Amino acid sequence: MQPDGQMYQYDEYDARLVAERVAEFRDQVARRLSGELSEEEFLPLRLQNGLYMQKHAYMLRVAIPYGVLSAAQLRMLAHIAHTYDRGYGHFTTRQNIQFNWIKLEEAPDILADLASVQMHAIQTSGNCVRNITTEQFAGVAKDELLDPRPLAEILRQWSTLNPEFAFLPRKFKIAISSSVEDRAAVRMHDVGIYVYKNDAGEKVLRVFAGGGLGRTPILSSQIRDNLPWQHLLSYVEAILRVYNRYGRRDNKYKARIKILVKALGADAFAAEVDEEWAHLKDGPATLTVQEYERVARFFTQDGYQPLDGDDQELERQMAQDKRFARWVKRNVRAHKVPGYAAVTLSTKPGAAVPPGDVTAAQMEKIAAWSERYGFGEVRIAHEQNVILPDIRKRDLHDLWQQAAESGLATANLGLLTDMISCPGGDYCSLANARSLPVAAAIAQRFDDLDFLYDLGDLSLNISGCINACGHHHMGNIGVLGVDKDGEEWYQVTIGGAQGNHSALGKVIGPSFRAEEMPGVIERVVDTFARLRIEGEPFIDTVARVGIEPFKSNVYCETP
Amino acid sequence: MSYIIKLEGGIPQVVADERFVIRTIDAVEVTRIERAILPFSHFQTLEGDEAAKVRAVWISPDDDFEPLVPRLLGLELIAVDFPVFRDGRGYSVATLLRSRYGWRGELRAIGDVLRDQLNYMRRCGFDAFAVRADKDIHDAIKSFGHYSVRYQGAVDDPVPLFRRRGDRS
Repeated sequence: MQPDGQMYQYDEYDARLVAERVAEFRDQVARRLSGELSEEEFLPLRLQNGLYMQKHAYMLRVAIPYGVLSAAQLRMLAHIAHTYDRGYGHFTTRQNIQFNWIKLEEAPDILADLASVQMHAIQTSGNCVRNITTEQFAGVAKDELLDPRPLAEILRQWSTLNPEFAFLPRKFKIAISSSVEDRAAVRMHDVGIYVYKNDAGEKVLRVFAGGGLGRTPILSSQIRDNLPWQHLLSYVEAILRVYNRYGRRDNKYKARIKILVKALGADAFAAEVDEEWAHLKDGPATLTVQEYERVARFFTQDGYQPLDGDDQELERQMAQDKRFARWVKRNVRAHKVPGYAAVTLSTKPGAAVPPGDVTAAQMEKIAAWSERYGFGEVRIAHEQNVILPDIRKRDLHDLWQQAAESGLATANLGLLTDMISCPGGDYCSLANARSLPVAAAIAQRFDDLDFLYDLGDLSLNISGCINACGHHHMGNIGVLGVDKDGEEWYQVTIGGAQGNHSALGKVIGPSFRAEEMPGVIERVVDTFARLRIEGEPFIDTVARVGIEPFKSNVYCETP
Repeated sequence: MSYIIKLEGGIPQVVADERFVIRTIDAVEVTRIERAILPFSHFQTLEGDEAAKVRAVWISPDDDFEPLVPRLLGLELIAVDFPVFRDGRGYSVATLLRSRYGWRGELRAIGDVLRDQLNYMRRCGFDAFAVRADKDIHDAIKSFGHYSVRYQGAVDDPVPLFRRRGDRS
């Protein structure tokens, strides 16, 4: 079937490739179950199909290419959640979805169900090129320069089952963005690409390499600018070949490309890539206008109605209902088309729900709203929220009422309780500490929306271990779970930021016990409230006063 | 006598093979040199008549083989070692030998060569596969048949799918 929405539609090639992958994996699972494959041999095969072994069960991570879903696809995710899992799924910081309670023998059936709506789990883990990400407002953002989705799709196809790069030293993440404000965290990726038009009006790429979080967080370095878009694939191939050959393989904590770029220096790394690229440039991988247009056509939305004068009604509704007004201010974004808006449904209503978790019933509802009010399309943000990208402003109030009934209208986008969190030690076998109970305790302490609203933009990111799936380094406040002699402790960083002014947070001092965390965050926030110049966002205050005042306030009051 | 998979006219076949891999060179002179696949690290130390006797060499992913490519091109066979199947450097080595240096002779994958890697290896230019001895080579050969679609160009077919899609419209 064809998914609805304005998104890439599989042709016979795409469909056949995914079907062949399902058949191959069915065979691999059968060989594992019969004992023909050892667990060691099966491991990279299942990882490249998105299957992780967690504490209690297998977890399946399904790819949501650059965060775009159709209503039909979201309904299929709901179906999977209630048929094969415990009725919910978890949206990730890679714009994907994870199901936490999967039986190995059912995994091939799930992949077959996914294939029926043009979805798969290919390369959602393992040491290969992962899901290509971009920002959640691609195609609708008012500050967009160019739609990044066509090139993201072209990269997705190029990287899918790429024979040379299936066994890289480590995982490899690529992000692509093309708007004034970077909402795709481009510089924390192994390769980050900004697309823009140069002075001559040509579509060109600015390429960064060597970013990443984990044990050694590093922002990427620019290695190329003004690269004509036609060279996207050959240039990325050159980067990957240099990395595949020379990236370290002796220590998994030193195997990401960031370590290679740092060891060589960004200039020397760029020179290596250039030398490799000289052999590939203008070869058959050079993109054609025809292919770009073939792919770009899928993303052209021409269903917009000519609308205007809607704002008066909206303003009246906002004046009548303070809660609605607050939701519009926080969770509704300007759209490039007059009369439309992009809505973010928060998956973080408070302590009872882990960030990013959405139930099957909620998925069904969201799919229905996307059809009733939009063009049957949904986006997933790397902040783990769900976006309805094309909502008529005159429908906002209706949508808000229904979203509120389903627990999806918390007006906390960008506020402290819009936390990013990995699943942590409750599920993940890599974790040193649990993330979700700490997130819940903090959400409980900060349940006064008026107070949060006054605090303004403040990101709080929690990772249960150094692998940093919760992007803690990029949070204005970051929390990292660490293991000390078998006990769970939490280290706090301050001053991290994503976007155009990306920064890595600094550790404020010794770590804390879980039960201390709400109090610690409270003292950080109190320090901010005291030092803040009126209206200043948290990150600006930190930039102005440094981390010292926060440090002294947090530690002097610690018993 | 052992068995390997070889592409014959592009079709994978299980065939008997008389070559043997010398993993480490000790003081003893290599006998039956015409059947031996010698380590690159040893090959690069040989000169004159001794070098001329070598028919086949295997490259480790750690070897800096590129300066010696002109000499390698005179061999009958080049093998690339996979010390462990997770080590993917051999795919790039094979790609370079075929696409950059024009190696047309047999290119054999040796070492931790397993069924589920064979198709990727073929795409990168290998045409012979010494499947790990404890695995059933007749099972392994089945893995070549899984895919009929590939998006990106590689050694086996440098033309990416998008160029063919373009032709159709």
